[in-house]
Amino acid sequence: MPAPEQRRIIFKHIDESGYSNDLACYLKHGGYEVLKQAVTRPPQALIDEVKRSGLRGRGGAGFPCGVKWGLVDRRSGKPIYLIVNADESEPGTFKDRYLIHQDPHQLIEGTMISCFANNVTQAYIYIRGEFPHGARILGKAIAEARAANFVGPNILGTGYSCEIHIHRGAGAYICGEETGLIESLEGKRAYPRIKPPYFPAVLGLYQCPTIVNNVETLCHVKHIAEIGGEAFARIGTANNTGTRIFCVSGHVQRPGCYEFPTGTITMGQLLNEVCGGPLPGRKFKAVIPGGSSAKVLRFGERFKGRRKVGADLVDFDWGVEDLPMDFDSLALIGTMGGSGGVIVMDDSVNMVEALANINAFYAHESCGQCTPCREGSLWMKKLTTRMVHGPARAEDAALLKDVADQIPGRTICAFGEACAWPTQSFLAKFGDEFKNHHETKQVPKPTATAALV
Amino acid sequence: MNLKPETLIKIDEVITHYPEKRSAMMPLLHLIQEEVGYIPEEAITWVAEKLGLQPINVYEVVTFYPMFRRQPIGRRHIKVCRTLSCALRGGYQICEKFEQEFNTHRGAVSPDGEVTVEFVECLASCGTAPVVMVDDDLHEQVDGAKAQQIADRIKAEARQR
Ligand SMILES: Cc1cc2nc3c(=O)[nH]c(=O)nc-3n(C[C@H](O)[C@H](O)[C@H](O)COP(=O)(O)O)c2cc1C
Ligand code: SF4
Ligand code: FES
Repeated sequence: MPAPEQRRIIFKHIDESGYSNDLACYLKHGGYEVLKQAVTRPPQALIDEVKRSGLRGRGGAGFPCGVKWGLVDRRSGKPIYLIVNADESEPGTFKDRYLIHQDPHQLIEGTMISCFANNVTQAYIYIRGEFPHGARILGKAIAEARAANFVGPNILGTGYSCEIHIHRGAGAYICGEETGLIESLEGKRAYPRIKPPYFPAVLGLYQCPTIVNNVETLCHVKHIAEIGGEAFARIGTANNTGTRIFCVSGHVQRPGCYEFPTGTITMGQLLNEVCGGPLPGRKFKAVIPGGSSAKVLRFGERFKGRRKVGADLVDFDWGVEDLPMDFDSLALIGTMGGSGGVIVMDDSVNMVEALANINAFYAHESCGQCTPCREGSLWMKKLTTRMVHGPARAEDAALLKDVADQIPGRTICAFGEACAWPTQSFLAKFGDEFKNHHETKQVPKPTATAALV
Repeated sequence: MNLKPETLIKIDEVITHYPEKRSAMMPLLHLIQEEVGYIPEEAITWVAEKLGLQPINVYEVVTFYPMFRRQPIGRRHIKVCRTLSCALRGGYQICEKFEQEFNTHRGAVSPDGEVTVEFVECLASCGTAPVVMVDDDLHEQVDGAKAQQIADRIKAEARQR
C-alpha cells in the first residue's frame, strides 16, 4: 500500500521558501487571529475543546493534554504557572528546534491561548542551553508579540495580562523531565522531585500549580482552538488524534521530519517510501521508534495478539514494517511512540557498539540522586564499553541484564526506566550478538563502518 | 568582580523575571560566562551575594550543569555530537579529525590556545547528522571535507587576529 500524503499542520511553514520567523510574516499568514478569537471565549470553553480534541502530549509520555489541564489545582488561590518544555534533548528528537527557529510565533500563539484558558499570568519557556540562536529568536518574537499587544499587560484590550520569559538550560538532559525542569527553573540542580506529592499540577514551580507542556503540544493547541476539538479529533485515529511529527534519523536515504495524521502510516511506509529505504547495498536491522529510551525493534520479528478496534477485539500479526505509528499500537507491542524520534540502524551496525553508545549517554546524564540509576547506568556503560574496547566475556550479557533489571521501578523519575529499557530490549532482541561478542569481535570489520563508541 | 556595565544592566533586568531571586541563578551564570569565558571563583561569591544565597548554593549549580565551566577554554569551542544518530553517520571520525587538525584531544585546550574540542550529547539535529557546533553556530551534515573547511576557516580567522 502506498504511504498516505503528509499532512503538515504544525510543520506547515517549516522549510517553506519565503517564510520568515518575524511577526509581519506570521500576520500575513493569518497569525494571531486564533488568539483574538480565543480571548473572547470563556476560558473553560477552551479547556473543553482541548479535552474533546483528545490531544496527547508530544514530549514523550503521551499524556492527554486536556486531562492534565483538568488536574490543575484551581482552588488553592495560588498563581498557576505554565512552562513550555523546549528542552528537546531526547536523542533522536529534532522537531521542536525547527518550530522554535522557523515558526516561533506559532508557539507563542499556542502558549498564550493555553495561558488564557488556564488563567495563567506568567509563563516560562525552558529552552535547552545548546539552542543559543533559538533563545534569541524566541526573545525577539516575544518582544514583537508584546509590542503588538499579544503578550503582556491587558492583552487585546481584554483586561487579561500574561508575561512570557525565556529561561535557558545549561546542557543537562534531565532538565527535560518536568520536575527536574522546575527545580532548575528555581535556580537549583535539576534533581527530579518525588511524585507524590510533587505533581506539578498541584505542587510545581514555587510550590504552585504548574502546567508543563512540550513545544509541539502547545502548537497543536493553537490549531484545536482554531478548528475545534471535535474536528481535531477526526484527524488521525481513535485515541491517537491529530497529526504526529516523526523525526527519522540514522541509516535511511532521506532522514528528516515528516508529519502525518497519527496512526495512518506504518513503520514500513515511513522508512521505505517516505524516507527512501536503506542506504545502497544495506538492509534495515533495527529501529528505535520513539527516542533513544524506547525499546528497540528487530526487523524480522513478529508481533501477535489481539487488540481493540472500536468495540471489537481483533487479531493482529505484524512485522516491524506493518506497525501503525501511533501511541497505542507501539505500546501494545511493548515499546513506545515517545517523542517521535525514529532511529534506524542497518546491517552494518554491531548492536553491542550501538548499545554502548546509548549507555554512555545515560551514564553521563543521570542526575545521581538514586543509587540504582546512578550506579546502574554507569555499570551498563562500563560493561558495554569494555565489551567493545576491552576483553569481552561470555558472561557479560547475563551480567548486563542483571544490572538493568534492578533499575526500573526503584527510582524517583522515569529516567530509571529510560536508561534500563535500551539494555533490556537490546539483550532481548539481539541476545546472541551479546553472548557471542567475545568471538565475533575477533573478526576484522569492513573499514567502512562507523565507530559508535 | 568586575563586570561590564551592559552585563550588570542585563543582570538586574533578568532578576525581575522571577518572583524569587534564586531563579535568576542560571541566567546570571550564563551572562557571566559569556563575558568572562568561564565561571571564576569570585563569581560564585558574587552571585551568591547578589541573590541572597550561600556560595554553596551557587557552587552546586555550577558543578551540575555541563555548560558551566570552572576553567577557561580555547578561543573557539568545537562541540561534536557524540550520540547515536550522529555516531551512525560518522560523528566519531569527525571528532578525531578536529583533534588532529588542532593537535589536541577531547576536553583539552589546543597547544596554541585556539580551540577546545569536545564531545557533547544529542544536539537535536539528528536528521542532518553528523552535526558540530562551533561556538553558537550549528554545522550540519559534517563529512570529512566539511570538517576540513570548518577547521581551515578557524585557522584563517586565527591568523587574522
Ligand atoms: C528523562 C526524561 C526526559 C525528558 N525530556 C523531555 C524533553 O526534552 N522535552 C519534553 O518536551 N519532554 C521531556 N520529557 C517529558 C516531560 O517530563 C513531560 O512529560 C512533558 O514535557 C510534558 O509535556 P506534554 O504533555 O506536552 O508531552 C522527559 C521526561 C523524562 C522522564
Ligand atoms: S532516576 Fe536517575 S535521573 Fe531520575 S532522579 Fe533518580 S538518579 Fe536522577
Ligand atoms: S544524535 Fe547528534 S544531533 Fe541528535
